[in-house]
Amino acid sequence: MSFETFGDFLTMGGHGPYVWLSYGLTLAVVLVNVLAPITGRRRYLREQADAERRRQAAEGVRT
Amino acid sequence: MATLKEFWHRLGSPRWFYGISGPWLKILAGLAALLLGTGCIWGLAFAPPDYQQGNSFRIIYVHVPTAIVAQTAYLVMGCAGVVLLVWRMKLADMVLATVAPFGMWMTVLALMTGAIWGKPTWGAWWVWDARTTSMLVLLFLYFGIYALRQAIPRQEAAGRACAVLAVIGVVNIPIIKYSVDWWLTLHQPATFKLTAAPSMPVEMWLPLAVNVVGIYCLFGANLLSRLRLEILQREAGTQWVRDMVLEEAR
Repeated sequence: MSFETFGDFLTMGGHGPYVWLSYGLTLAVVLVNVLAPITGRRRYLREQADAERRRQAAEGVRT
Repeated sequence: MATLKEFWHRLGSPRWFYGISGPWLKILAGLAALLLGTGCIWGLAFAPPDYQQGNSFRIIYVHVPTAIVAQTAYLVMGCAGVVLLVWRMKLADMVLATVAPFGMWMTVLALMTGAIWGKPTWGAWWVWDARTTSMLVLLFLYFGIYALRQAIPRQEAAGRACAVLAVIGVVNIPIIKYSVDWWLTLHQPATFKLTAAPSMPVEMWLPLAVNVVGIYCLFGANLLSRLRLEILQREAGTQWVRDMVLEEAR
């Protein structure tokens, strides 16, 4: 451990705001990138499944 | 050699690629979480402070990996561009389209964490230094490729135009790499070199190495994740995608 107390860890010898802002931004951007294709995939599968059901319902009416 | 050629041929089928990429996505995502978690905690709490920069140097553990992967992502786009222009492979166009957002975000991160690091170290958020300026050019190249795809309605024409721009823009990558050697800059020289030992003690560079490997795993996982969605979207309506959609909905 490079710090004596948890308070030292947070203040980082006066550099705390710079360090934590950098890590916070990185975490936020990584999360946005990880979640974008996951939510996109969910939406896509839902839309396609709905379309498929409508198609099958339309065929059912015709026959 | 024969298996390599077979692999190359199979890449022509997005459906085949979708099938084999599922397990790889899980492996890479797990490795990325493990390595980046370890590297960040190690770098934040356990690495010793720098004798000149104090604790602000800990920004290196997010700044350097994002800056490296931003350039690698561009090189991947350049390679995909060549493959698309020469062999007209469908998958190459999908790679070109899906790498761009990740690379753009990583360039934004590298520039922002660099600015935040610059304030306590150089006394300014931004300097028109050779390294920072060439990274800004990289960001504009990403913007350009993104905008070009939106501007051309025909998918095939858009892909080819993006491929040309991606290939031309690769010129900027060695400029970024050697900017700290060719010009007199404020930016510090490379931490890792292939030809020499790192200029840092091992307890400082090891967490950085862990994070660099980790971010490559993240890049791989994110590329596969976006690529798989892109494949499903472009192949919508084909029998295998319809079957898969019904399978997932059940």
